[in-house]
Amino acid sequence: MRAALLETHGLEAFYGDFQALFGIDVAIAPGETIAIIGANGAGKSTFLRAVCGVLAAEPGRIRHRGSAIGGMPPDRIVARGIAMVPEGRRLFSSLSVEENLRIGADVGRQGPWSLERLYRLFPVLAERRRAAPTSLSGGQQQMAAIGRALMTNPELLLCDEVSLGLAPVVIRDLYAALPAIRAEGTAIVVVEQDINQALQVADRVYCFMEGRVTLSGTPKELSREQIRAAYFGM
Amino acid sequence: MTAAIDTVLQGALLGGLYALFAAGLSLIFGIMRLVNIAHGDLIVLAAYIALVVVQATGIGPIESLAVVVPVMFAIGYVLQRGLLNLTLDRGILPPLLVTFGLSIIIQNVLLEGFSADSRKLQAGAFETASLRLGADLAVGWFPLLIFVTAVAVIAGLQALLYRTRLGRAFRAVSDDPEAARFYGVDNRHLFALAMALALAVVSIAAVFLAVRTNFDPAVGPARLLFAFEAVIIGGLGSLWGTLAGGIILGVAQSVGARIDPAWQLLAGHVAFLLVLVMRPRGLFPRAVD
Amino acid sequence: MASPHTVHAGTRAGRLGALLGAATLLGLLSVPFWAGRADMRLIVEMACFLALAQMWNLMAGYAGLVSIGQQAYVGIGGYALFALAMHGGVPPLLALPLAGLIAALVAVPTAFVVFRLRGAYFAIGTWVVAEVFRLSLAQVTALGGGTGQSLPAAIVRAIAASAEGRDRLIYFTGIALAVGATALVFLLLRSRHGLALTALRDAEGAAESLGVDSFRTRLWVYIVAALGTGMIGALIFLQKLRISPDAAFSVGDWTANVIFIVVIGGIGRIEGPIVGTLVFFALRALLADYGTWYMIVLGAVAVVVMLKAPQGLWGLVADRFDLDFFPVRRLVRGPTP
Repeated sequence: MRAALLETHGLEAFYGDFQALFGIDVAIAPGETIAIIGANGAGKSTFLRAVCGVLAAEPGRIRHRGSAIGGMPPDRIVARGIAMVPEGRRLFSSLSVEENLRIGADVGRQGPWSLERLYRLFPVLAERRRAAPTSLSGGQQQMAAIGRALMTNPELLLCDEVSLGLAPVVIRDLYAALPAIRAEGTAIVVVEQDINQALQVADRVYCFMEGRVTLSGTPKELSREQIRAAYFGM
Repeated sequence: MTAAIDTVLQGALLGGLYALFAAGLSLIFGIMRLVNIAHGDLIVLAAYIALVVVQATGIGPIESLAVVVPVMFAIGYVLQRGLLNLTLDRGILPPLLVTFGLSIIIQNVLLEGFSADSRKLQAGAFETASLRLGADLAVGWFPLLIFVTAVAVIAGLQALLYRTRLGRAFRAVSDDPEAARFYGVDNRHLFALAMALALAVVSIAAVFLAVRTNFDPAVGPARLLFAFEAVIIGGLGSLWGTLAGGIILGVAQSVGARIDPAWQLLAGHVAFLLVLVMRPRGLFPRAVD
Repeated sequence: MASPHTVHAGTRAGRLGALLGAATLLGLLSVPFWAGRADMRLIVEMACFLALAQMWNLMAGYAGLVSIGQQAYVGIGGYALFALAMHGGVPPLLALPLAGLIAALVAVPTAFVVFRLRGAYFAIGTWVVAEVFRLSLAQVTALGGGTGQSLPAAIVRAIAASAEGRDRLIYFTGIALAVGATALVFLLLRSRHGLALTALRDAEGAAESLGVDSFRTRLWVYIVAALGTGMIGALIFLQKLRISPDAAFSVGDWTANVIFIVVIGGIGRIEGPIVGTLVFFALRALLADYGTWYMIVLGAVAVVVMLKAPQGLWGLVADRFDLDFFPVRRLVRGPTP
């Protein structure tokens, strides 16, 4: 494996007194796609929240290109090129679709992604550019949310449950955009409950359970039984 | 008939001043859901700063804005960054009670520094000059200037919010402060800028107030109530609604005063309560909440 | 099978509190027999502020109704007393509870207007309403108009023949109101309604889904607070013997001071207003020579307390030593192992 783009060492995270992560070790190489799978409450979203800076973390436990970024404020983390597609999409409802995308561009990072390029990836967003996000379908909203994160021109894209609540055909369309994003050299972390989807797209898979990594490897290395054991603990 | 038109006209122009009071209150509520009880006292504080500038330099009150606006802008930024940001996300009590405490502190600091005497700023002949519209109908140039300024300020704020990158960030933070942080928006800085902007608008309102009427350290709370009433009458979250709310409040006060001078304030409050009972969301509520 | 768990509301500190309270009360009742006039007036003033603070705390600390307009009911209570005594021929001491009743009656339609506003907007809305009452009463010439009026000597003598007798009557009434207001809040919180209130304060949505009617609960709290505040207002102006719209509906005197007392003492705790009142009067005595600086210091202390110790001074002490003189919380105890 090449030098890591992002690594965590013994990452712990807390919600008040409640500990949600117990020493997570994850490494992501530039341009790599990894999937994090696990049941509800396994700590997948918590992990992403810690990486993007909204949850406190010890500085040295998260390293981006070698420098400690744990606990750095989210606005500085996104400026370093780590962008989040939050669970539930969370588009800004009083901004138009295009304004939502521009919010991403306002971060000011140079890179391949522009409104034009993005509209080529998701043509439907160009048609609905002036619409309010609430008037979009679930799949279109998810495209806008991914687009908003891409407009920051990230080198690492964190996708939290992008397929949640969407119809299978819509999910297929969304994942069809993945190769184009990867082609730009962007590393991607997808957090998924749908194991098949995750195994299809990922170079490597991490399985979380109760705040710990219970299994990791390439999809080819891992057997169904191993994954089931790591996922459900049986 | 002319008397009736005159009453409504004067009231509408007065409404411009109330809209200026209200614009700042509306802006900070819109962006950070903060209701600033000290808003009226900050208006009075700005009026006293203008007084000091005018007395120290001998320039006119309108010209003094060149100093008052940046000073209040800075006060707003520091106040929000150093104090009020600490009260956000902690339920309704901290912001309410901290700004209430601030209100009492400002009133008493002004009382200590300037005594309870009434003050006024003089703008010379311009203050009383008027534009003749008919045989018995005239509007003062100064009230007209206030009104036009109010329209310009609200149009400016509207353009800032809907046409600039900063405005986009303001609206994003207002929709979802946490999600805005994912895209590089520094909430604390942005909230401080919003308060700075609100107090810059407050400065303009304050100088107009100080030229128009006498003021003393205790008149702040009444200005807060006028601003609040204009915001609620107009409908929360709508800047143009705030202008309409200001005009309605001004006209109600003017009509009340025409019947009996003692009824001026009462008529304004009653108009507010009537709107509250009949249209609790105001006359021009924002379409999307 | 019966559950081995039992629900207790009493604590050891609670019994200690009862003892302490009884001793203080006995001491206070003996005051007229040895203290001077000025001391008695001061204690009445403290009693009135304590009672006002209990009423405000009941609203803000338990029902989530943060009002900046309780001076409305102080003023209405005061004016009702003057009107009943001067125009209705009602003996002043009898007019006191009637004044409270009138304040409560006014509170009903008022609630339906101000309850349309939430949170901070409710706070400013109540303030507007208080202003409406002030401006309206300034228009009533029969009650002295904008300049106000004094209680005629004949009516003053009707309270009690001698000045000493009047002082004592007002003193005991003041103590009764302070004790009554504290007891009312305590009993209310111990009752079934207390649970509903606490639930509302802590999680309105969840409480409503469990069948707590937040509108009705809040309405009752608002009306009860108006009743108490009206009676206190009546006593305040019975002692002053003079009333005017500006004094009766003063936001600074009857609401700002009261808010500071509750915030500094500890919001949402019965001991809070007691501690706050003591601190308030101690600060006032200490800073009496510094004029406006007193209010600046008070405001600053309240701001700092709100930010650094939102549970108030009493909250700091109580949490440190696990004290609870007015046990209204319910503790579930399992079987002793």
